[in-house]
Amino acid sequence: MPIEILMPALSPTMEEGNLSKWLKNEGDKVVAGDVIAEIETDKATMEVEAVDEGTLAKIVVPAGTEGVKVNAVIAVLAVDGEDVDKAGEGIGEEPAKAETAAPAPAAAKSEVAAPVAAASKTEIAADPDIPAGTEMVSTTVREALRDAMAEEMRRDGDVFVMGEEVAEYQGAYKITQGLLQEFGPRRVVDTPITEHGFAGVGVGAAMAGLKPIVEFMTFNFAMQAIDQIINSAAKTLYMSGGQMGAPIVFRGPNGAAARVAAQHSQCYAAWYSHIPGLKVVMPYTAADAKGLLKAAIRDPNPVIFLENEILYGQSFDVPKLDDFVLPIGKARIHKTGKDVTIVSFGIGMTYAVKAEAELRGMGIDAEIIDLRTIRPLDLDTIIASVKKTNRLIVVEEGYPQSSVGDHIANQVSQRAFDFLDAPVITIAGKDVPMPYAANLEKLALPNVGEVIEAVKAVTYR
Amino acid sequence: MATAARKAPAKSKSDGKSGVSAPKPAEFTKDEELTAYRHMLLIRRFEEKAGQLYGMGFIGGFCHLYIGQEAVVTGMKMALIQGDQMITAYRDHGHMLAMELSPRGVMAELTGRRGGLSRGKGGSMHMFSKEKHFYGGHGIVGAQVSLGTGLAFANRYRDNNNVSLTYFGDGAANQGQVYESFNMASLWKLPVIYIIENNRYAMGTSVSRSSAETDFSHRGASFKIPGIQVDGMDVRAVKAAGDLATEWCRAGNGPLILEMQTYRYRGHSMSDPAKYRSKEEVQKMRSEHDPIEQVKARLIEKKWATEDELKTIDKEVRDVVADAAEFAQNDAEPDPSELWTDIVL
Repeated sequence: MPIEILMPALSPTMEEGNLSKWLKNEGDKVVAGDVIAEIETDKATMEVEAVDEGTLAKIVVPAGTEGVKVNAVIAVLAVDGEDVDKAGEGIGEEPAKAETAAPAPAAAKSEVAAPVAAASKTEIAADPDIPAGTEMVSTTVREALRDAMAEEMRRDGDVFVMGEEVAEYQGAYKITQGLLQEFGPRRVVDTPITEHGFAGVGVGAAMAGLKPIVEFMTFNFAMQAIDQIINSAAKTLYMSGGQMGAPIVFRGPNGAAARVAAQHSQCYAAWYSHIPGLKVVMPYTAADAKGLLKAAIRDPNPVIFLENEILYGQSFDVPKLDDFVLPIGKARIHKTGKDVTIVSFGIGMTYAVKAEAELRGMGIDAEIIDLRTIRPLDLDTIIASVKKTNRLIVVEEGYPQSSVGDHIANQVSQRAFDFLDAPVITIAGKDVPMPYAANLEKLALPNVGEVIEAVKAVTYR
Repeated sequence: MATAARKAPAKSKSDGKSGVSAPKPAEFTKDEELTAYRHMLLIRRFEEKAGQLYGMGFIGGFCHLYIGQEAVVTGMKMALIQGDQMITAYRDHGHMLAMELSPRGVMAELTGRRGGLSRGKGGSMHMFSKEKHFYGGHGIVGAQVSLGTGLAFANRYRDNNNVSLTYFGDGAANQGQVYESFNMASLWKLPVIYIIENNRYAMGTSVSRSSAETDFSHRGASFKIPGIQVDGMDVRAVKAAGDLATEWCRAGNGPLILEMQTYRYRGHSMSDPAKYRSKEEVQKMRSEHDPIEQVKARLIEKKWATEDELKTIDKEVRDVVADAAEFAQNDAEPDPSELWTDIVL
């Protein structure tokens, strides 16, 4: 069988081109790799190489032809032993107009892919029951995080922690205190100041099956590493068709601390929540910090675990249980109420909680939902609450544009529009880089008064 | 050889303290020559076919061919033991074939079909195989260097005697995270071989226009990582360097850099006309340094194979490639439901 040489596509978008020159004549021998012709596209002149070996039996499209469609037959090659004279017979009667044999994929279905609702919807378990009589221990968020890592490292030898000052210094914020002493330098690894590099090393180790906890001294520095977090950690499972993922936790303080100005005061909840393939957890209480960090370490996916420096020293009750693990992707109703729903997460909860106490004095019974996980987002819990209260406020410290609150407001307006008695109000940090001066910094952050005013507005008080 | 055409190769291309210097090319047995010939030919023919399928519109997007550089992955593969890992960037088809990933699976991934190694969701630049210890296939220049260092970290953590082969190009060698990785790998004595495939052009920019230090074997000097320059067009030289490097790593000495002096015959990607270099330069490499022709000439000269026997190998290789192409053109596209799978576990 003679081989047809087709007009090649030479770029992702090329549909036709000019056959500017033949470098071989009819009757010439060609071997694979020989340049046989030159083709001019809208971008460049490219060489066409022979793929097969044989004799150029017939040039179908002469040099100088313009507008040759991709996949049109441009020449015919006779292979070993074939009659060169006969090889080209009956081919290319209408050369340049030859039909473009656009490859018809075998299963080219026209149907539109399953709509958003079909997105993998896994059932997320409820929080575990805490047996009656369980001792509650007042614990700081800092201790809860440390305990979670220590418990998981005892449980699984593949879990290790790496980051700047995590070992000998005992943690820049003392979250890893005592871990080096218990687990040794093989599993508690001090890194150089090299976020991009060690984030990549962590992801590589995770691809090889280890379960790294990568601590960023703050998430502000993780911007150096964001390519590895998103392009390597979050996307590999999909790009490998499910063969290989990255079971890794990236954790550290996130958001504004106090008086550290613009480069050290930013909330990344909305940023990471944008990325399919990531889970994003942002706890408020010590119990949630502990139960969710344990869950994050066991999770086979990359998890962004956003902590807050101001919360580290705050104490909450933590149940004294051997293995307290909470479900990622489940919001927690912090306080039930009937008049308005206030949704928040992380340090944003401090505004919600204080506002609720004042609102109670005004006779307004607010329900507070602590998201705990930003991705996957527990919209069901929010919507169930909105259907009850018919009013929604979202509070967060991050920037206002494309915020977590914006997304929630959009989803609620689509899924519970008829249940809303007032517009959703989103309260966020101001749309400015964080200033240094104490008074300006205070103005840049949300405050309790804003939450109260918003609630009064939506309850028409 | 390739290096001679450029400048004097490897005198003692090391830091002077490690005692590492370029070894002599390996003495190949007949079997080794034939194996190298067959493996390199498979890559060559596969890539030519991929280029053809691209031209026909079966392969979309970017497609970076490995033609010319076959000796690098082939020689290195010959130095590996079970469990050693390989990771590279986006010029990755040759690496996958060297690691014995199925030609059908690779080609069907190029055409975006369900039988592709990533079930059609990765494409030319993103393929993986845990079973064959191939860790990608990465589209971000330089990112694989930190990831490959992480593979080596896992080896050391498990104390398993395996080595991570981390490939990158002369272009990626200028990325910052490469040096962050060098530092950690040397500090922690990680078993990683950094294989810099210097094919002289980072897309359209020659090394002399992009690199202050064009001797890439010296790039680890600040991190006490020794390096050697290797004639990457001679599979025996690559094999010898691979033996030296894997032994070095397995002995607990930490990382090593191998600068493979090689050449790509085709453009950076399918849509690159490669106007930044002369035809004569390409032709000279092809006619004087071709890695496959070198092996072929030795096989004939030593009377280890006749022209006919080599033709039989050619035919067998062509059949494998034709079968892969046939499969890749006719396999079904992924089911639409695949859009929503493998996002999170």
